[in-house]
Amino acid sequence: MSPLLEVRDLTAQFARDGVPATVVKGISFDIAPGESVGFVGESGCGKSVTARAIMRLAPEGSSVAWGGRIGFRGQDLLTLSEREMRDIRGRRIAMVFQDPMASLNPVMSVGAQIDDILRRHTGLSRKAARQRTIELLGLVGIRDPAIRADDFPHQFSGGMRQRVLIAIAVSCQPDLLIADEPTTALDVTVQAQILRLLNRLRRELGMALMLITHDFGVIAGMVERVNVMHGGEIVEAGPIDQLFAAPTHPYTRALLAAVPRLDGARPGG
Amino acid sequence: MSAPPPLLEVRDLGVTFPARRGRPPVRAVDGVSFDIAPGQTLGLVGESGSGKTTTGRAILQLQPVSAGTVRLLGRDLTSLPAAELRAMRRHMQFVLQNPYSSLHPRMTVAQILAEPLRIHATVPRAAVDERVAELMTLVGLDPAMTRRYPHEFSGGQRQRIVIARALAVNPDFVVCDEPVSALDVRTQAQIVDLLQSLQAKLRLSLLFIAHDLAVVRAVAHRVAVMYGGRIVELGDAAQVYDTPAHPYTRNLLDAVPVPDPARQRARLAEATVDPDFRGREADTGACVFGIDHAATGTAPWHEIAPGHFVSCRFWPRGVTPARG
Repeated sequence: MSPLLEVRDLTAQFARDGVPATVVKGISFDIAPGESVGFVGESGCGKSVTARAIMRLAPEGSSVAWGGRIGFRGQDLLTLSEREMRDIRGRRIAMVFQDPMASLNPVMSVGAQIDDILRRHTGLSRKAARQRTIELLGLVGIRDPAIRADDFPHQFSGGMRQRVLIAIAVSCQPDLLIADEPTTALDVTVQAQILRLLNRLRRELGMALMLITHDFGVIAGMVERVNVMHGGEIVEAGPIDQLFAAPTHPYTRALLAAVPRLDGARPGG
Repeated sequence: MSAPPPLLEVRDLGVTFPARRGRPPVRAVDGVSFDIAPGQTLGLVGESGSGKTTTGRAILQLQPVSAGTVRLLGRDLTSLPAAELRAMRRHMQFVLQNPYSSLHPRMTVAQILAEPLRIHATVPRAAVDERVAELMTLVGLDPAMTRRYPHEFSGGQRQRIVIARALAVNPDFVVCDEPVSALDVRTQAQIVDLLQSLQAKLRLSLLFIAHDLAVVRAVAHRVAVMYGGRIVELGDAAQVYDTPAHPYTRNLLDAVPVPDPARQRARLAEATVDPDFRGREADTGACVFGIDHAATGTAPWHEIAPGHFVSCRFWPRGVTPARG
């Protein structure tokens, strides 16, 4: 199958205090339709910038120069106009971030925010949009969705807010969902619920998933293939089972050895 | 086992947050009791809002205590006059989560480390520089770097400075509240190793508060699980992790993602409904262990194996202790 996403020699260069810094140094990878691919690495390795490159979003308060090619459905996303890109963002490729509160409008009801996106992207009528909003809230496991749609973000718990963001992200049935540390701010029991939800939605909607995380436990159960990033480069890539069972790069081995285990074993210690 | 007398003895600790805007007072910590022996670590785990941070602050008397006692080195901190409490602070210190905000950005590392030495006057003024250099070496930093500012250090190095500051006055007891949760996994492992080697060298007692159950497994001798302001299970690390008895502990352990693809996929594939732990709060009638605590005047607390305790509170309806 030809890939849904075909990234070649991607670079990202920032100006930090006037000094240019290359934070993504020419990486290449593919994601097939419906496939689930992970990116792991420590802070500053370039994994989040890579995710944002696909949405062509510059990290807050900075400007960035992208290089290389991001092939998606026969186009190079890096050459599209901002206007063309707006049609892709949210509709074909959607993204979920770590902090659900920062991604929601605090003075607008949750339902109205989803209605808005649906109407902008799909041209549904007000009434049809609300119907779909209620369906979506139900899909992500919010009880009494017709009533909760009128609540504001602060009336939801952290886990519920992340469910709302996932509902927004899947509202237009994107081909690719990018999730950047989607459960890092959540309690462990809520994290498990959100991971299950992402797995179920991916199956039901046939979406591809690009999951970015620092957590080897989270990545282990969620993806088919994984890319390990370090210093702006992919240092190792492969099927998830193979990479955990027999990591070849010393950096991957060092990371895996440092992961604390519930059974008390410390492979690195 | 004839254990040495505990260094820290917490009994029936309670913290109540006052009523606000028409809402009733909140019992953030309720009936919490545990001991920490010299040179031992108690891991305190639980989810956000469970009361674990408030417990740590209440023990250090940084938070008004509404009930119970906290004995450190045999002295009840909750009833000490302010001047004596200040003197006791030399024995108990605090390491916080965020190494970025807990160091003063305009002070050099030398100034940061000398401050507690001056306040508690534990070393003569002439020996301060020497002690600062010694502390740097103790936490694995180059003593030549003491004239630098916090921003010149990495996250892991900053956490080492925070630890050095806590150890400056030779405390017996340190509360570590999420000391590694802001750090990358390799740095986490290094700080955990550092804390363990310092504990062995200095015979420190630690209260290690964290939401990450795998990290706590690596450092703790004993583990307490908190839920809704109470401890629901307490035991040796192996007892709590390998034979968890409270349904809440089991739920928590089952939710932890494990770095093993086949096992983790299987864990996520299990269709689970999170049980409701809020039931069974009645103080009368038989508890899940068949004891009427109101009638017998006992605490709702059961020793199911030597040193392994389980609360009979917060059991979901229909769930009973395993027999055997």
